[in-house]
Amino acid sequence: MLEYFNFRVIAQYLDQYLIGLLATGWISLVSLFLALILGTIACVMRLSKNRLISGVSAVYIESIRSTPLLTQLYFFYFGLPSIGININEVQTGILALSLNSGAYIAEIIRAGILSVPRGHIEAGIASGLSFIQRLRYIILPQALGVVVPPLLGSAIVLVKDSSLLSLISVLELTRAGQILTSERFMPAEGFFTTAVFYLVIYAALKVFSDWAQKKLIFREAH
Amino acid sequence: MFLFYLESLMAVFPLFLKGLWMTVAISGLSLITATILGFLAGIGRSSGIKLLRYGIGFYVNLVRGTPFLVQIFVIFFILPEFGIHLEPFPAAIIAMTIMGGAFICEIVAAGMEAVPKGQREAAMSTGLSRYQQVRYVILPQAMRTILPPLVGQYVLLVKDSSIVSVIGVMDLTRVGWLTVQRIPEGMLVFGLVGIMYFAVCYPLIQLAARLEKRMSVGESRL
Repeated sequence: MLEYFNFRVIAQYLDQYLIGLLATGWISLVSLFLALILGTIACVMRLSKNRLISGVSAVYIESIRSTPLLTQLYFFYFGLPSIGININEVQTGILALSLNSGAYIAEIIRAGILSVPRGHIEAGIASGLSFIQRLRYIILPQALGVVVPPLLGSAIVLVKDSSLLSLISVLELTRAGQILTSERFMPAEGFFTTAVFYLVIYAALKVFSDWAQKKLIFREAH
Repeated sequence: MFLFYLESLMAVFPLFLKGLWMTVAISGLSLITATILGFLAGIGRSSGIKLLRYGIGFYVNLVRGTPFLVQIFVIFFILPEFGIHLEPFPAAIIAMTIMGGAFICEIVAAGMEAVPKGQREAAMSTGLSRYQQVRYVILPQAMRTILPPLVGQYVLLVKDSSIVSVIGVMDLTRVGWLTVQRIPEGMLVFGLVGIMYFAVCYPLIQLAARLEKRMSVGESRL
């Protein structure tokens, strides 16, 4: 198979791929950042005692988790212009990605906070710690160990999900493969190269995630 | 104008039902095949044969490291280069099986590892064969850990089936995409698509959550 594989074409399209790699990278990063903010807000709202506030957040989280990202993406891509909001494809993509990931992150953070035993918080109140102190010294150190591993997992998912933006013609890694394929009729070269780039990102994130997990376990043991 | 669109959307509503049926058919079929593949691979992964373990590990990482969209493109556009021509429907089933199998393999392997080592040793010392050990001792106990994430994985399969719409399978998302070309009310059209996905996925998510609760209660009773 390798003798048929045309490396020269890939070299010709390399800058296309690098632009795509860069786009995949920064779009994922921005979306992850927004999703973290959104997820934290949604999680705090979800845990609120006010039923209206927690209800709004529950509707957001459940409706995102029960529908495919592609449907959400098309919802905004075709839907926003029809109500008079015109943003470009990249912005639409980031909007859909961060709304999607935010719902999952909200659930991850919620699981982390709920994993701290109620008695620990009560003990903190009883020994006169302020809310900030309880958060800083009791809740966060314990919750972090539960939250960080799945959070890194959802970062990996986010990178892979960003491939769907190619369907609304954002130039990222998958789109770069599509362009090579349609211009040169070489799907193997086009999509295998795309896959290799994703695998490199995946490997890097996985190494980082394993390292972070080890660090956390180490800290917990102390 | 909105009412007019609403009326024409109602006129094509049977198409949406057909799309929903296609989505259910694809996810249902690949749910079965992916479960079989996943269990075989998962059992293989926790076996003692090194080559098998590495082979399956390679497959799992390959699938987890690339977006499903790229996997579909590889199967649908590259296989014809080697003389294997597939219709969209079987291509979709194959792609979903390969993808779902890898994730289910991880779930099964993790579940089998969670069974205490003494159980396997006890089974071995009672003279059970390898097959009997897995069939009668390890798997029944592992099912407790496996079942909740397995149902969660089925939800993901239903949602990921939306991506096969890009190779022309007439599923729910594809119907929405075709409709929105003629009825330019994106929020309306994909709102309807989303509601239909919700109707399938939400009960499954609830089931997964209930199973998780039931299983953990059973565990604490031990």
